[in-house]
Amino acid sequence: MPPRTTSALLYLDGVSVSFDGFKALNNLSLAVEPGEMRAVIGPNGAGKTTMMDVVTGKTRPDEGEVYLDGMYDLTGLDETEIAILGIGRKFQKPTVFESHTVEDNLLLALKSDRRVRKTLLWRESVEVSARIDRLLDLTRLSAVRDRLAGGLAHGQKQWLEIGMLLAQEPKLLLVDEPVAGMTDAETRQTVELLKEINRDRTIVVVEHDMAFVRDLDVKVTVLHEGSVLAEGNIDQVSANERVIEVYLGR
Amino acid sequence: MTGSPLIRALDRVGIGFLVLLAVIAVIIPVGNLLVPASSPWHVSLYFVSLFGKYMCYAILALAIDLIWGYCGILSLGHGAFFALGGYAMGMYLMRQIGTRGVYANPILPDFMVFLNWKELPVYWYGFQHFPYAILMVVLVPGLLAFLFGWFAFRSRVTGVYFSIITQALTFALMLGFFRNNFGFGGNNGLTDFKDILGFNVQSAETRSALFAISVLTLGIGFYICRAIVASKLGKVLIAIRDAENRVRFLGYRVESYKLFVFTLSACMAGVAGALYVPQVGIINPSEFAPGNSIEAVIWVAVGGRGTLIGAVLGAILVNYAKTSFTSGSLAPYWLFVLGGLFIAVTLLLPRGIVGTVEYWWKGRGPKTRGNGVAPAGVAEPHPAE
Repeated sequence: MPPRTTSALLYLDGVSVSFDGFKALNNLSLAVEPGEMRAVIGPNGAGKTTMMDVVTGKTRPDEGEVYLDGMYDLTGLDETEIAILGIGRKFQKPTVFESHTVEDNLLLALKSDRRVRKTLLWRESVEVSARIDRLLDLTRLSAVRDRLAGGLAHGQKQWLEIGMLLAQEPKLLLVDEPVAGMTDAETRQTVELLKEINRDRTIVVVEHDMAFVRDLDVKVTVLHEGSVLAEGNIDQVSANERVIEVYLGR
Repeated sequence: MTGSPLIRALDRVGIGFLVLLAVIAVIIPVGNLLVPASSPWHVSLYFVSLFGKYMCYAILALAIDLIWGYCGILSLGHGAFFALGGYAMGMYLMRQIGTRGVYANPILPDFMVFLNWKELPVYWYGFQHFPYAILMVVLVPGLLAFLFGWFAFRSRVTGVYFSIITQALTFALMLGFFRNNFGFGGNNGLTDFKDILGFNVQSAETRSALFAISVLTLGIGFYICRAIVASKLGKVLIAIRDAENRVRFLGYRVESYKLFVFTLSACMAGVAGALYVPQVGIINPSEFAPGNSIEAVIWVAVGGRGTLIGAVLGAILVNYAKTSFTSGSLAPYWLFVLGGLFIAVTLLLPRGIVGTVEYWWKGRGPKTRGNGVAPAGVAEPHPAE
């Protein structure tokens, strides 16, 4: 195992990505410490989703370093390898397996041997059902466990996807706009849920909703045009003049 | 221990289906061999062969349903694997002819003598042995599918692009097999078979046995597909069908899963082809025709994709219709009927016959909408309250 070069769980240094000349990420550097919850905000096109794509292996950066745990270089790995290393991702648009039941969605996500043969010969065990029960409780989906995921309300789908993330037992959760399209009550419950999860896992949340970010009450990174504009708690960044100019002042 | 995947594989409908197949496998040969020809219960030899052929088509349809209905891989080239299996069996049957051919050459099949070939090509070696031929029936389509799938899935070729290259695959093979110097009998293909394992392929007894073996193979194929579909792997396949990227981000190697089912499906198609050839008595390059593969996909669509039983039913119904149509004065219009059928099913019965029945049976029938437009098993999305 290579030696750790940084204490950060997720470490991005000088990452740049361009699409047809458009710099989606421009020399982006970011470090997330283990156990931290970080909120990433920024106007449209600031590079939030591209950053997630780079971390999860969907997009290869043109330059820069991305390290997990200070020892795994993520830039040469694909989505599957990165997922197995312990990074879970929730998409902007809730993506669950619509023709599977809620329970089966969680089952598929549960940490397990992902190889074809093992999956074919896999058998249900008491321990697995207990883990699924716990996740259903946590995500408040016990009542709908046998429903097809496609039939869930939007907010429930978001929670199911968060539950699936947890089932993977990742070191790091990347959560893209978890409260988009949620009611106020659902948003508040999501804040609680994320805080609960943060007790033993590191989370990076990308969000537009400022009220939600305020409720989370964590360190905030503001992206603008592909690089970090400001970092600090929500009051500090909202007082920052440049942030006001590009984002909040509108 | 409860919940063994091998037992869980069969629900009540599945068991009923297997029992039905077992009954058919007995009744039809008995009706042909033991019931006297004068009795109204007599089953004609023509009927035995015809339904034997349908059974082979049904196995092919099952193979297509496994990858298309459950994993979303639309192969428009499965006829190629079917034909390759058929050719492997045909090569065995050709070697069995021996000195009974027109040119009475003990080693070379007639078409090679006719082409003035002096020696048997190396790739024909071993085909006089039945076990070797059976191995090739599975191995050749399987290997081709493995290589083809390895490149295609690794490069993430999906959807219509994948369908198009499978069409190209079967078309290329057809052109190849049409050539005399390919060594598979050119456009005449392989025919004039005499016997299989020492039994005359034309005799009523052999026909009945081939029929029963085809039904049995269909049953085994159905069971294998059920076992896969009911396993956790089956759930992963459906997940890949519905949200491939999500599966990747969960840490599953999507291409390995696709490669596994695609290869297995090609092997099944090969077996179907191998059973088909002795029953129809010929295999030629037209079996590779792109239209054949598309037709097989239509059977599955009509019966109901993602249901397995629907694939079998679709294959039998559409082919029965084809036989009835093309043997009468309406023959020239068959392709219009087939095309019309496909359009009608797509528009009016998107779940297919079995899929629609299943949908109503579950009591989730649409109350306000005319005919469920959403694909099977997918509930309608609800907006957030």
